[in-house]
Amino acid sequence: MSGSFSENLIYGLLRAITYAIVLLVGYILFDIVIKGLPVLNWEFVSGYPHQSGASGGILPAIAGTFYLVLGTISVALPLGVGSAIYLSEYAFQGKFTTIIRMAIITLAGVPSIVYGLFGLGLFVLFFRFGASILSGSLTLACMVLPTIIVASEEALRAVPKGYREASLALGATKWETIRTNVLPYSLSGMITGSILGVGRAAGETAPILLTVAAFFLPKLPNSIFDQVMALPYHLYILATQHPDAEKVRPMQYGTALVLLLLVLGLSLGAIFIRAHYRKKYKW
Amino acid sequence: MLIGAASTSVLIVVLIFLFLGKEAAPFALTPGLSALFDSKWIPVSFQRERFGILPLLSGSALVTLLAMLITIPFSVLGAIYIAELAKPLEREILKPFIEILASIPSVVLGFFGLVVLAPLVKSFFGLNTGLNALTGAILLSIMAIPTVISISEDALNSVPHVYKRASLALGASQLQTIFRVTVPAALPGIIAAVMLGVGRVIGETMAVMMVTGNAAIITANPLDPVRTMTATIAAEMGEVPFGSVHYQALFCIGVVLLLVTFGLNVIGQQVLRRYGMRQ
Amino acid sequence: MVDKKQALLLEDFDIEIVSRDLNFYYGDNQALFGISVGMPAKQVTALIGPSGCGKSTFLRTLNRMNDIIPGARVEGQVLISGKDIYQHGTDVVKLRRKVGMVFQKSNPFPKSIFENVAYGPRIHGTRDRQQLAAIVEKSLVRAGLWEEVKDRLNDNALGLSGGQQQRLCIARALAVDPQILLMDEPASALDPKSTARVEDLIGELRELYTIVIVTHNMQQAARVSDFTAFFYEGALVEFNATKLIFTNPKEKQTEDYITGRFG
Repeated sequence: MSGSFSENLIYGLLRAITYAIVLLVGYILFDIVIKGLPVLNWEFVSGYPHQSGASGGILPAIAGTFYLVLGTISVALPLGVGSAIYLSEYAFQGKFTTIIRMAIITLAGVPSIVYGLFGLGLFVLFFRFGASILSGSLTLACMVLPTIIVASEEALRAVPKGYREASLALGATKWETIRTNVLPYSLSGMITGSILGVGRAAGETAPILLTVAAFFLPKLPNSIFDQVMALPYHLYILATQHPDAEKVRPMQYGTALVLLLLVLGLSLGAIFIRAHYRKKYKW
Repeated sequence: MLIGAASTSVLIVVLIFLFLGKEAAPFALTPGLSALFDSKWIPVSFQRERFGILPLLSGSALVTLLAMLITIPFSVLGAIYIAELAKPLEREILKPFIEILASIPSVVLGFFGLVVLAPLVKSFFGLNTGLNALTGAILLSIMAIPTVISISEDALNSVPHVYKRASLALGASQLQTIFRVTVPAALPGIIAAVMLGVGRVIGETMAVMMVTGNAAIITANPLDPVRTMTATIAAEMGEVPFGSVHYQALFCIGVVLLLVTFGLNVIGQQVLRRYGMRQ
Repeated sequence: MVDKKQALLLEDFDIEIVSRDLNFYYGDNQALFGISVGMPAKQVTALIGPSGCGKSTFLRTLNRMNDIIPGARVEGQVLISGKDIYQHGTDVVKLRRKVGMVFQKSNPFPKSIFENVAYGPRIHGTRDRQQLAAIVEKSLVRAGLWEEVKDRLNDNALGLSGGQQQRLCIARALAVDPQILLMDEPASALDPKSTARVEDLIGELRELYTIVIVTHNMQQAARVSDFTAFFYEGALVEFNATKLIFTNPKEKQTEDYITGRFG
């Protein structure tokens, strides 16, 4: 019964479905690029918003996203890499380790809006940081922590055990071994993971909704206790709550495009770094 | 020092449960948890406020169900194609596309849904507005597909080569082998992938908030507007007075969300681990 | 004390390594049963026996490399130059400087040839570039690799052939100036020609270092060692001068193994 014809039919169907997805992605990107590109010029990227965002530029939003990302990375990276080193090199197969791993998996599954609530409850209210870059960064850091830990641990595990053994047999201490013979080779994987995490953080709206974001703040922040604009939030408000939605459509597309370029640029950068280092340290 | 770093994960989880619970707890006293089982969500009213989360649960459920109806066939079949049938060159192109899709921020997809998808749905079905459960579901499936595809693909790739070879050696065709041997063997992994996808969909906020119409009603009609739990929190938190009953109710929704996604995630990971796959 | 027979045999030698009633456990499984043996200084002692008999495990107790295995447990003593290395407070790092190890599968670091050999001395504090260069040269000469790599010390070590990589690992181990060299089947992954070179090397190194070598290749043991210890299922069956083990084994098990009846 398995005639070649019906087989080819199914084969073709599978292929069509898969490529439908590709086409969809292409269409989405195409749409945003086509409609956003005309808006992109130097004034847009470096100017301040006017008329409640209907015209002008989005510099404060870009700056805000930039500061948030910076804040997030400076907290999440050391914590994430430290956790990964502990889990990969020092931890025993005990109960404590299992609890940590469960915690990481849990964190990875928490919805972004719940992180927003958490950030509100802990950082904004309890610690009284208020709606600020500090609160937003800390919240985002919690969110990307699992991503960084998982990626870093994988990078560490990829380093062959033989290096550690040889180094120990030569009389190096455990920390020396890690520092000189494991970390250097896992660095690229860790960087890749961190950049991917950062990309996510840059594009998230829900966590910053309640902890930092402001819509019309036409000046740059002075301290980490300030509120800021941010690209994702700006896009959201422009798209849903601006009274003159049709009129600001170009601004919406421009913002969307900038955000998209930022996030995709980071992803591509991460992939590029990973490929480059893979060649350098082949083993 | 490293132990300290590693413990932060545990600390954060505990804190999340703690602080969500802390802000939600007063609700258990007044008006009491049973108020959540009301069938209407009218948190601001001159008459009587109603805090029933059933409409919101219904909204989340409807949207999730519809989304999975779209996601599952596309993802599983797509994963089968990529893992089993695509040539290596094709794979090199397909996989980055999927990764790109995965990294598009949800607000951008929501924007796309609002501006392109909703009008399409509106004209296709001849409605007043394209903001309804269906539009939301389509958008959500776009977001869930990368997750489900990549984990399903891993599951398919983990099936030992010997099974495939044995099947082919018995004279089965490639397609027969795929559907009778490989897919069944990878089924636990695929199921886990779907569960993780569901978790992702339930937890999504921005995209749904922008396209589902935000009407808190209980309905099974995909063309009706609905309100999800996530959208409710995001939309109403901004204007709610701190410490009010409404505020606490929103945190209660947060707790429900947390528990649901937590449960789904744990079960999904267990399935993955039990059937021998690293995650 | 090691048993009377051994004592008599080793009378004329300085005993550098002694194990007394050594029991070793991986978790609940006992892998070594009451091993008591002495290995003389500046001689080559071979440990032979079928796979799984514990010879590699025993080797690794001599520089405490088993410590990194979770669940590993040691009872008994291992004395090196008279001091029990399992006593509380032993500086394991210093121990491993004194007792070097070469592994079965060569594992050079993905660094340059120079950096590989200089790694040990660097870790232990030598910073002066000229000193390091001198040490690297000396070690590579001793390992019989100098002539082949002296013009490309900065090349990546992974570009060397299998036999060269193993000799590099030997040079690397020698660079920290150990007293004792432990070798775990050093030639088993090499082609016959490289194997012969490594065996020649062992002969040359013997005058400078105490060598303990694990091998599953009996002919190799016969060629290369002065003393041989035969292990079976975690116990030491026989210990004697190599010539005697192979021409006149005292225990039936030893004879069976040597004549190939099992193994």
